[in-house]
Amino acid sequence: MDAAKDAGQPNPAAETPEAVAAEHQPAPNAPQFTREEDLHAYHQMLLIRRFEEKAGQLYGMGLIGGFCHLYIGQEAVVIGMQMASVDGDQVITGYRDHGHMLACGMDPKGVMAELTGRRGGYSRGKGGSMHMFSREKQFFGGHGIVGAQVSLGTGLGFADAYRKNGKVSLTYMGDGAANQGQVYESFNMAQLWKLPVVYVIENNRYAMGTSVARASAQTDFSRRGISFGIPGEQVDGMDVRTVREAAGRAIAHARTGEGPYILEMQTYRYRGHSMSDPAKYRTKDEVSKMRDEHDPIEMVRKRLIELHGVAEAELKATDAKVRETVNDAAEFATHDPEPDPSELWTDILLEARA
Amino acid sequence: MATDILMPALSPTMEEGKLSKWLKKEGDAIKSGDVLAEIETDKATMEVEAIDEGTLAKILVAEGTEGVAVNTPIAIIAGEGEDVAAAAAGGASSKPNGADTGGQRAPTPTMQAEGMASGPSATAKTGDDKPAAPAAPATITNKAAEPVMEEFPAGTEMVTMTVREALRDAMAEEMRRDEDVFVMGEEVAEYQGAYKVTQNLLQEFGARRVVDTPITEHGFAGIGVGAALSGLKPIVEFMTFNFAMQAIDHIINSAAKTLYMSGGQLGCPIVFRGPNGAAARVGAQHSHDYAAWYSNVPGLKVIAPYTASDAKGLLKAAIRDPNPVIFLENEILYGQTFPVPKLDDFVLPIGKARIHRTGKDVTIVSFAIGMTYALKAAQILADQGIEAEVIDLRTIRPMDTETVLASVKKTGRCVTVEEGFPQSGIGAEISARLMVDAFDYLDAPVLRVTGKDVPMPYAANLEKLALPNVAEVVEAAKAVCYR
Repeated sequence: MDAAKDAGQPNPAAETPEAVAAEHQPAPNAPQFTREEDLHAYHQMLLIRRFEEKAGQLYGMGLIGGFCHLYIGQEAVVIGMQMASVDGDQVITGYRDHGHMLACGMDPKGVMAELTGRRGGYSRGKGGSMHMFSREKQFFGGHGIVGAQVSLGTGLGFADAYRKNGKVSLTYMGDGAANQGQVYESFNMAQLWKLPVVYVIENNRYAMGTSVARASAQTDFSRRGISFGIPGEQVDGMDVRTVREAAGRAIAHARTGEGPYILEMQTYRYRGHSMSDPAKYRTKDEVSKMRDEHDPIEMVRKRLIELHGVAEAELKATDAKVRETVNDAAEFATHDPEPDPSELWTDILLEARA
Repeated sequence: MATDILMPALSPTMEEGKLSKWLKKEGDAIKSGDVLAEIETDKATMEVEAIDEGTLAKILVAEGTEGVAVNTPIAIIAGEGEDVAAAAAGGASSKPNGADTGGQRAPTPTMQAEGMASGPSATAKTGDDKPAAPAAPATITNKAAEPVMEEFPAGTEMVTMTVREALRDAMAEEMRRDEDVFVMGEEVAEYQGAYKVTQNLLQEFGARRVVDTPITEHGFAGIGVGAALSGLKPIVEFMTFNFAMQAIDHIINSAAKTLYMSGGQLGCPIVFRGPNGAAARVGAQHSHDYAAWYSNVPGLKVIAPYTASDAKGLLKAAIRDPNPVIFLENEILYGQTFPVPKLDDFVLPIGKARIHRTGKDVTIVSFAIGMTYALKAAQILADQGIEAEVIDLRTIRPMDTETVLASVKKTGRCVTVEEGFPQSGIGAEISARLMVDAFDYLDAPVLRVTGKDVPMPYAANLEKLALPNVAEVVEAAKAVCYR
């Protein structure tokens, strides 16, 4: 299989449910989490899961318009990354961004209200699902043009290097974006100038409806930086522990002036590309196999009970707390007023300071 | 037969240069390939090589001479066996040849004589409807065309400088003032700028703040925008705005829209600058005028200066502006000189047009290099008894409609001049605004003088036809005056 990859041949076997699942076997010697770490990861991932489920419901009720790309299935990636980063590190991603915002600590109410296009949304209702930002949380979007966030994230790293502030830019992209030309222009400059950027390629196996094997000549995305001398590794993106461990290596590399690092997160999106997905490009069997056998949240839940001896009741309490948070967010987002019509004409240009 | 060595052109836009050094002296034997002299412009230096063999009979232009027009004979070479003294004496009638290194054909002796008589503006290269010689643009030589709306105290000392120098000074001053300002782009550092606009910035500010990039406009524009979103103030130089098409997604989708999409959280203080529009003989892919394109986008400011003074004051304003600014320069204007006020901190307001010349009969609105046609036409019209008011927009977006409107209410007639294409151009925009806001004041339809609706051709005669010219402006102005 590696030989096939090296020769640049698509591997048809990779699209069968068994092969997909086989690539997601938890690493036998996965790094261990403490009880507290597993509890934290569980809570954080569950918040994203429940939030996204609620967003899906609100979309179905017509309360969310336009595009809505859900992160369900990929939660371990962003949570593992955040567990290895420090305050002040920047995060930037594409349009599947709700999970990243919650992981950065942004208020679920503000995110949900932006989805419903209300004045309490992070962009005061003017951005929508794909365009939210928080300077306070160092979250730089939320970008709707595939691959654009990669050059922008490299620019965040450029600014960190310019300011010598010791911060790192965590720049996310999907397997689809990883084929964009500007990604490689950015890789080149990032390595040339030793910018502190960790490129996180979230390989969820499908760029919209096109599988990796049908769109990518080199399906091992960790190798995409080889011609620039950028180190990379493939990571089990369904196991939050392996994600955090790899993230620690990559972030340390970037932070110590060694330049960029590529992490290919092998993950899986349970839901459609967006809410209007025909789901014709993969089998139900493939999806259910991933959900049943490799769910990132179930894995932690199981560990908490079996390994850390956490009582079911405690987990139920966590579940209830998360549901309450999400329900509050939905409540706020459906009752907050729409932006004032005068908002149409604000935020186009900033006033020059005298 | 004696041969004239002519002052060569380093580039299609060069009109004059300095003869910095002679490497041969009179009486020296010359072989083909010998370096005879060194010449330089503010942009580059070059060696003049001999093509013919013979003896250097006479040096016509002493070393150190500045402002030597292209195609001026600079030396005479006597052919083998020829009498050197006779050749030296009879140089004017000899065959010009030899030092034509710029890829241009040497003109015939007749054309050369014309060129010598009336200056560079009458040579085949520049044509009679092209900008005047750099040292003598209409604004300086013509008293009536002095700017009427000055933006600095009366009595301010003026220094003469090129647009290129003014732009450089603006960047250097702002970089001294604010550590967050840096410049990035292709050849901005070690090469000293493809058009020498960033000359010596590397020496003063170092490689951290003067950043040479690979030739990857899409990528480095995105990196610039990312750095700006993070709070730095990048100046991104495009070698020409034609190449910015590779980067236009970041200019529009990332830079212009993020403030709005973030509900006012994330401003993007960035300047995209570089030469825009046609230079000379560079073909369709290097000649596009993007003023109208960028002026279509909310979230951007678009500046296109004509004079060195405006270039300086507006670039400083652009760098300080908290929004993305498109700063459209022009290669032909880079070498032109204008008076610039000698002030410690000369910053002009963005979004203000200037009445460059007052008149009561017709308003001519233009910007950037279009002003050269407008001002020459105004002079010709004055000789024919038509007093044109010439407005330099300077900023395309936000557009100073009020200044244009006030003028048109006075004159009742308007002609617009731009090098860009006619459809959806700046002239079309001005026409639409005047139709709504000055309908009752107009005594004639607004006429547009624009580049022709064709990709820019390479051939000299076709290129000349594709660009607007002074005669078209004169004709349009007379037409709206029913003369």
